[in-house]
Amino acid sequence: MIDTGTLWIVIFTLGIGSFLLRFSFLGWVGDRPMPAWALRYLRYTAVAIIPALIAPIVALSNEAGTGPEPIRLIAAIVTFGVGIATRNVIIAIFAGAFTLGFGVFLFG
Amino acid sequence: MTSTTTKSAYWTGVRDGAPFILVAAPFAVLFGVIATEAGLNLFEVMSFSFVVIAGAAQFTALELMIKEAPTVVVLISALAVNLRVAMYSAALTPYLGKAPLWQRALISYMLVDQSYALSHAKFEDKPKMTVPMRTAYFFGTCTLVIIAWFIFSFLGAALGTQLPAGIPIDFALPIAFLSMIAPMIRSLPHLVAAIVAIIVSLICIPIPYSLGLIIAGLAGMTAGSQVEVWMTKKQGAAH
Repeated sequence: MIDTGTLWIVIFTLGIGSFLLRFSFLGWVGDRPMPAWALRYLRYTAVAIIPALIAPIVALSNEAGTGPEPIRLIAAIVTFGVGIATRNVIIAIFAGAFTLGFGVFLFG
Repeated sequence: MTSTTTKSAYWTGVRDGAPFILVAAPFAVLFGVIATEAGLNLFEVMSFSFVVIAGAAQFTALELMIKEAPTVVVLISALAVNLRVAMYSAALTPYLGKAPLWQRALISYMLVDQSYALSHAKFEDKPKMTVPMRTAYFFGTCTLVIIAWFIFSFLGAALGTQLPAGIPIDFALPIAFLSMIAPMIRSLPHLVAAIVAIIVSLICIPIPYSLGLIIAGLAGMTAGSQVEVWMTKKQGAAH
């Protein structure tokens, strides 16, 4: 059971911390020009961080958390493949959700 | 004239952001369900979603609190997962840095994966947009997503433990993120950045407190950036 005091500390500290992270550049750095190397790095933020966030979840998706679970791994590959092929977020998410749901229904 | 173009930019944003309700809704429901199962009441679940608005960070914090990790570890991990929003903030600054401070504060509060991804792509694509148009577009992209985030957190919390077993809702997060990231891979440097980030994040799994995510993210960004430099040099040499 989560302690109520701890919970509220986490909610507020995390809220303030998240806001400060989001406000960091927009709020303080403002419209001062940014160096070219920084802009170049920032172009690859999303395509680096998001795969890095997902990879371990997919790789350790079985119940014991020791390796990939086949249905989830296939659903992940289908989502990504359809996303690359169609360049359409919604078609990709439905393809992935359908693969996952159908796979779990059949074999889960 | 200005107000009509600003208004239309807002509604374009709303339209572009609308499909992301489908992305935000499962996370929000999932968060509500898991939080309720962990013993949070409706008010606590809603406060969490309202104050933080960060899916991955909320899940990280919740999971670690359930495991009774030290509060400091909970906070460091959740903020580390959320560090990427600082990079979003930096990426949007060249486009939105000239907006009034109160607008930038409000933009910051609503800076999530979806609003960042849509806005950054749009601003890159349409360099002639004015700052008020960009700001309006940004707020448009988050309007429905944020409302959906609150409503579906509420529904998830209300649904609580009544969800039938066997629904693989645990995997909603990777599916949604994968669908978002695939169309963003537009060039070789993008692809290299993603692959390097994946490999490094898998190697870094044993590193505690989600710090592997930050290391992998930085490695991917460096790789993508480096490949871009090489490709530019090569093109320069060929001409």
